Amino acid sequence: MAKNKTILYASILAISFIAPFAFPAFGTQLATLWLMIIVALTWDMTGGQMGYNSLGNIFFYGTGMYVAAVIAIGLVYDVGDYTNAAGGGIYEFTDAQYFGGLFLGVFGAGVFCSITAVIIGYITFGLRGPYFAIGTLGVAIAAGELVSNWEWVGGGQGIALPVYPGDLDTGKIFFYFIFAAIGISVFVFVKWLYATRFGAAINAIRDDEEKADAMGIHTLRYKLITWAMAAFFVGMAGGISAFQLIHFEPLESAYQTINLGIFMVVCVLLGGKGTLWGPVIGAILFHLFKEVTWNFFLGWQWVALGALIVVTVVYFQDGVMGWLMHKRPEWFGIKVEAGAAGEAK
Amino acid sequence: MSSIIEVQGVSKSFGGVVANKDVSMTVELGGITGLIGPNGSGKTTLFNSVVGYHPIDAGSIRFEGKEISNYQVQDIARLGLLRTFQQTRIYGAMNGVENMLISLPHRKMSIWDALKTNTSEDYERADHLLEFVGLYEKRMLKSGDLSFGQQKLLEFAMALMNEPTCLLLDEPTAGINPTLINGLIDRLKRANTEFGITLFIIEHNMRVIMNMAETIYCLAHGEMLAQGTPDEIQNDQRVIDAYLGAH
Repeated sequence: MAKNKTILYASILAISFIAPFAFPAFGTQLATLWLMIIVALTWDMTGGQMGYNSLGNIFFYGTGMYVAAVIAIGLVYDVGDYTNAAGGGIYEFTDAQYFGGLFLGVFGAGVFCSITAVIIGYITFGLRGPYFAIGTLGVAIAAGELVSNWEWVGGGQGIALPVYPGDLDTGKIFFYFIFAAIGISVFVFVKWLYATRFGAAINAIRDDEEKADAMGIHTLRYKLITWAMAAFFVGMAGGISAFQLIHFEPLESAYQTINLGIFMVVCVLLGGKGTLWGPVIGAILFHLFKEVTWNFFLGWQWVALGALIVVTVVYFQDGVMGWLMHKRPEWFGIKVEAGAAGEAK
Repeated sequence: MSSIIEVQGVSKSFGGVVANKDVSMTVELGGITGLIGPNGSGKTTLFNSVVGYHPIDAGSIRFEGKEISNYQVQDIARLGLLRTFQQTRIYGAMNGVENMLISLPHRKMSIWDALKTNTSEDYERADHLLEFVGLYEKRMLKSGDLSFGQQKLLEFAMALMNEPTCLLLDEPTAGINPTLINGLIDRLKRANTEFGITLFIIEHNMRVIMNMAETIYCLAHGEMLAQGTPDEIQNDQRVIDAYLGAH
């Protein structure tokens, strides 16, 4: 088994590495696939593993975009002047300024989003079930509206960032590999996290929070930490998106509640909530489905997407992984007769 | 012996219904204390007041000398005062071992300890306690599929895993097969003597409570009616009247 797993992981890594060179025309699509995997995996941290269905994770994506952009610009120019010019002024960035700003900005975006997750979480984690979902959705929508009226960061026009210095195709591959690196980091991170006592404790919160309280688990602290960890990765992903998109604006690309904000939830539901591989599989299937409909059924793409969501939510709630667990329990080490206590799922 | 829980003059009403009226009692450290009373006499209300499920109207509750009547459930649980539920609560989607491992005392862990994986000692302790309550063979089964009695035993084992100083048990034998009850009495006594856990038990089954408790309190109509050793309680005319409805 261990050997099979090594081969599986090695081949996934190899495919990830070769893909952008083998399919150069799909460079941006493949990078977006990694983005979907990142947001799905992080959504599952609270939604699947902890039982808190957030519709507001997109807030961290949008905030990450703005924080990264403001840091990268602010290191070199005055942010207000820069956004005032709306891309019309002459603002040169040297290679060092561009890459320095990118890395500091992306990292800063992650840290900033973690902090905001703790603050927002402190207020919203009193809400349960659908109320938490609506409450967090409200935060994301309100943030989008506020930012679109904030002239210092470009208001409704958004921000135009400098273009990748160098060949555009190299740029595509560059962004692909940053997204891939973060995606792999998230996967390795959650794989480790779910095996710890902390992972078990957030599962306990999902299954019976009142019992977890009565057993002395620090429920609020664990909820805040989990969401802060998710927000760190989503914020970084947002920061990279800002540089990849070059120009972004608040409502359609940053705080896009009805697009990416919902897509990440659908990815997880499709792949299987509360499982390690579910979000990854869901993100791949969803992204394929979305690209096929957008290309071949243009005009009907939203109808097809809506149908997919309805079918998933109504008939396929356990997702691919849940269905597999039901059909092939032996693949997951679930045996009727007692096995070794320490065996992983 | 010194007291671990001191309840003094506690009153609690729900609207016009007086559930507890000026109730005072003490739980001795290291002992087994029982609480009996007819249905609706306010036993569970008193339990809920002690573990912080609702605020009390008047009086004081002290745990290890510390006033806890204004504490929340999780704060009290973190002091090492734990309760089990009358309607059993376990994590039904997980198997027995997982249920046990989640019950490790998080109050004794820093966040860095929590971010470690469970050690082989943790697994051994889980297995040992599951064996102690007689669920070792069923430990890999989904615990939601266990019978009600087995779930009660699992909940008891989970409470022991949490290493509490004091354990409040709300009707531990309710719904358990009579032949299993003797085994449970024995295990409760051993938890008290071997692990040194103070027990405070609500029980309807007189045979059980008379066999275990050193001191018994009897509630009726929300008021403390009598207290004493099992013998004294059994021969107390007021207690007999309360149960037979002589008022």
